[in-house]
Amino acid sequence: MRTSETIRLVIGREVSTRARSRAFRITTIVNLVLVLGFVILFKLLGGHTSASDIGFTRSAEPLAGPVVSVGHAVGQNIKPSTVDQATGEAQLRDGKLDVLVTGTPDGFQLTVKQDLPDNLRNVFTVLSRQIVLNNEITKAGGDPATVNSAVEHAGFPVNSLVPARQYQAARIALAIITGILVYVSIMLYGQLVAQGVVEEKASRIVEILLSTIRPWQLMAGKVAGIGLIGLAQMGLTAVVGVGAGVALHAFTFPTNIAAGAAAWAVLWFLLGYVVFALLFGALGALVSRQEDVGGATAPVLMALVVPYILSITILPSNPTNGFMAALSFVPFFSPMIMPMRIALGVAPLWQPLLALVLTLALIALLVWFAGRVYSNAVLRMGAKVRLREALSSH
Amino acid sequence: MTDERLEIDRLSKRYGEVVALRELSFDVRAGELFGFVGSNGAGKTTAMRIALGVLAADSGEVRWAGHPLTLDTRRQIGYMPEERGLYPKMKVGEQLTYLARLHGLPAATAREKVRLWTERLGVSARLEDEVQKLSLGNQQRVQLAASLVHDPAILVLDEPFSGLDPLAVDVMSQVLREKADQGIPVVFSSHQLDLVERLCDRVGIVRSGQMVAVGPVDDLRAGDTVRYAVRAPQAPAGWADGLPGVESTSYVDGTTLVVLHRGADDQEVLRAALATGPVHEFAERRPSLTELFRHVVSVDPTQAGEGK
Repeated sequence: MRTSETIRLVIGREVSTRARSRAFRITTIVNLVLVLGFVILFKLLGGHTSASDIGFTRSAEPLAGPVVSVGHAVGQNIKPSTVDQATGEAQLRDGKLDVLVTGTPDGFQLTVKQDLPDNLRNVFTVLSRQIVLNNEITKAGGDPATVNSAVEHAGFPVNSLVPARQYQAARIALAIITGILVYVSIMLYGQLVAQGVVEEKASRIVEILLSTIRPWQLMAGKVAGIGLIGLAQMGLTAVVGVGAGVALHAFTFPTNIAAGAAAWAVLWFLLGYVVFALLFGALGALVSRQEDVGGATAPVLMALVVPYILSITILPSNPTNGFMAALSFVPFFSPMIMPMRIALGVAPLWQPLLALVLTLALIALLVWFAGRVYSNAVLRMGAKVRLREALSSH
Repeated sequence: MTDERLEIDRLSKRYGEVVALRELSFDVRAGELFGFVGSNGAGKTTAMRIALGVLAADSGEVRWAGHPLTLDTRRQIGYMPEERGLYPKMKVGEQLTYLARLHGLPAATAREKVRLWTERLGVSARLEDEVQKLSLGNQQRVQLAASLVHDPAILVLDEPFSGLDPLAVDVMSQVLREKADQGIPVVFSSHQLDLVERLCDRVGIVRSGQMVAVGPVDDLRAGDTVRYAVRAPQAPAGWADGLPGVESTSYVDGTTLVVLHRGADDQEVLRAALATGPVHEFAERRPSLTELFRHVVSVDPTQAGEGK
């Protein structure tokens, strides 16, 4: 029988048993809920730029046009409506209106429910000054319209010393969701490999399996099979997240930022999974009982937990942190840190590419390491096999 | 019958200070049912694991049809390890199909064989159940099915009868006999010596990693001496001592056990017995495999290593 066929059989078993497991269904739902929750958060973050509702009584209505154009100039969308005084006040109380404008264009008054929001205070301050200014220009014999159109085109260039990062709040949220999903998935599927290896050892079926297939074929099939399941889940989460964001108009930033972050997250999950699955698989082979898995895999767990904790605590408040930038190139840590830096927009393309090459080199090394440890330890039942023995025997 | 013998040739294995096997040799011929017996820790399991390639020997070789076993030939072995092993959370049917396919069977054939063997072994109603939901006896039947579903060309079974109810023992015995009759070498280990005696064409007794006796049960029983039980109630103690060819005697409740050199004249003994009075019984006592086993494994190892 050909090797590829053997490995395909092993992969097939892993995929079909894992895909039907309750754990898989539950984690898929949790992932989707999490990512949809973040999409809603994006929607709320974008809410600041939504329109303010301003009501004008019939006498104040001529002000509606100027208010909208001033609002536009200071970056505030305004939705004007015409109401009578009583209805307007009722709508203020209901929160349907933010401000009610009464009086005449030359002497208007504002009514609010409680406070005038700062952004609207700016609008009306600018407006009232402009009305005064227009009157003075008229008195001086000028044409306010000419002056206003000249003023409207005034502007100034801004030079940033550090390239400006747009959409900062959204990027931070994107980085956090990316970081959580990559970390949780690597943890989950990496541990599944360790448990799967020990399950075969504890149930002794490994002896039957290895009388007909080679250890590395079993290990490779297991890592690939569980990886496929993880990849499918991660891919689904990414597609649903980006898709829902687009469908709900939740992204106030270009969609390709979200799509790019999601694609990189899936790739880094895959690389991180392979690194940790190989390690977990090798260390799992050292023990014979399910309850010893935790102890055997603890050291590797730290290499997974520490970079995650660091990046989730440091990066959102300090995206350009130099220490985190350096750590994001360290092969064991890249899978957790790099996707967050990519989402934050602080990693130029060469950085993830370099980290990717380094991680691939590590994987090549781990394939050798895991193959050796696994082959030497997996048939040795009973007491925990020492790592050094597993590496040196045969 | 083809010469598809399974040869275990001078296997040695030590675990640190402990010698598990020392130049253990035997062969199982095609179509032969070979019983492998020995005390716990004698080396039976070690030898079988080496044959299956899940343990490496320090020296020696296992051959089939004249060639050392490879992964491809091992795939044709039906193996039942001492420590039973199945995926506890996998359904019986899927599990057996998977194992059959790993041994190289196409999917359709695998399913067909699974149906056949689970029916034969009486677990076909449980195909859709997880293994862990089955009783131990039924798990054992599934385990046996796992070693048979791929139509093995060799059977190596470590303690296949342990934990089986009498009905399952009968089915198992039939299956093993049938497999041997199809011309494949079948070797199994067991502590149920009466079963081995009844079932096997040949037996091998292993002690401390060495084969101390190997051959058909009848041949093994035919040692240098022949034993007779003589019931002569009136015979005085010591009546048979000193008769020609008598090696030893023992007297219990009117029955005398006389051990004679092979070839000595038993009629002489009978005449001596009749001279003491009536003789109600005069019969050759053939040792059971159990007695043989006790005798063989209790002998000093340095002597046992030389003879058969």
